[in-house]
Amino acid sequence: MTNLVPLNITVNGIEYRLYIEPNITLVDLLREKLGLTGTKKSCNEGECGACTVLMEGRPVASCMVLAIDADNKKIITIEGLAEGEKLHPLQEAFIKYGGIQCGFCTPGMILSAKALLDENPDPTPYEVRRAISGNLCRCTGYQQIVDSVLKAADMIKGNQV
Amino acid sequence: MFIKRLPKFTYHTPSTIDEAIELLVRYNGHAKVLAGGTDLLVAMKKRSVIPSHIVNLKTIPGLSGITVTGEGVTIGSLTTVAEIEKSPLIKENFKPLWDAAKVMASPQIRTLATIGGNLVSAVPSADLAPPLMVMAATAHIKGPSGERVCPVDHLFAGPSTTALKPSEILTHITIPLQNGRGIYLKLMRRAALDLAIVGVAVSLTVKEDNICQDAKIGLGAVAPTPIRAYKAEREIIGNMVTEEVAQKVADTASRECAPITDIRATEDYRRSMVRTLTKRAIMNLWEGNR
Repeated sequence: MTNLVPLNITVNGIEYRLYIEPNITLVDLLREKLGLTGTKKSCNEGECGACTVLMEGRPVASCMVLAIDADNKKIITIEGLAEGEKLHPLQEAFIKYGGIQCGFCTPGMILSAKALLDENPDPTPYEVRRAISGNLCRCTGYQQIVDSVLKAADMIKGNQV
Repeated sequence: MFIKRLPKFTYHTPSTIDEAIELLVRYNGHAKVLAGGTDLLVAMKKRSVIPSHIVNLKTIPGLSGITVTGEGVTIGSLTTVAEIEKSPLIKENFKPLWDAAKVMASPQIRTLATIGGNLVSAVPSADLAPPLMVMAATAHIKGPSGERVCPVDHLFAGPSTTALKPSEILTHITIPLQNGRGIYLKLMRRAALDLAIVGVAVSLTVKEDNICQDAKIGLGAVAPTPIRAYKAEREIIGNMVTEEVAQKVADTASRECAPITDIRATEDYRRSMVRTLTKRAIMNLWEGNR
């Protein structure tokens, strides 16, 4: 027997009031209850980074978070980055500079990169590599991903000027 | 197994430590406390742990944060590895802990994982344990019969086993002000996202006459629990620090540990790396001192 528990969660600016089973993880809530399948689920044990989302602005492996533990928290998923038809500079840069290949690691990569740029708008290549060190890409395209993040940082700075 | 859903459980959100302890007593062995969850959820998905009750400690105020006191620093058990990594206070005054926080797991795990969880999970390779050992840290534990303290040196009883009783909760860690300097070196198969093959923490107090006043050496992933290398420490305390002494200490440490051969490394390789990293740590601290 499992009792449902109340959950109040804000995802990409939208507030949800739900009753959920306590044993579902945040990644399953996002994908299966809210239909936000941009967040990918791969290893399901916190090793691959595909399920990375931002919780209160910080990157978390959403397979390692009980959904109920995100109560009263703000979550950003890949669906929350574009503004209407206008892509986020990170998304634009990933397309333009080959940071996206098969695409499976991309949502997690972009959110790890966003967490970095929000805190450090002018990172070094080493800082980018450290920031994405928890995201595995099996297309072996790390160099293009690092390049894309650095270009996106330039684009964001350009926009602000 | 492949799907790895979490087994069902009843969820509890205590608002005080006493309430949490009461729940642990009531469900006697069938309850698990939840901190960061990065070890517990994996164990539950693999069905190696199937608790009927989960007691979330994060709903209890006051168990998180880094506070300076007259005697040193107090770190709440729910303080995350990311908070430790970002703390200038820890970086400047308790550097072995900062060294370890920086190289643990991945950014998205460090956001979640807690210092208390890393200790209580008690894996032999727990990165935060050797640094806390060499800085003479103390674990503060609360249970049904009140509070007690336990040096982190004596916290571990075996792989995944601690000195805590099932109804006890680790509330905070205290680290005294450090006289000497310290470092933590971790050997991994890759630059990030890996468990330690070997972890070596060293704390050294060297006087102006180059005589070592105090030394502590903590080793991870080379015994059933994180350990102190007491014999190796005795080789250097009271002696002049030289490269020859550092080598002797490192040799003793490599004999004193008790590593196993597993998927990550052989016993011989681990002993050899204990020797290398122990010497490197001493030389690094000594040269920084001159």
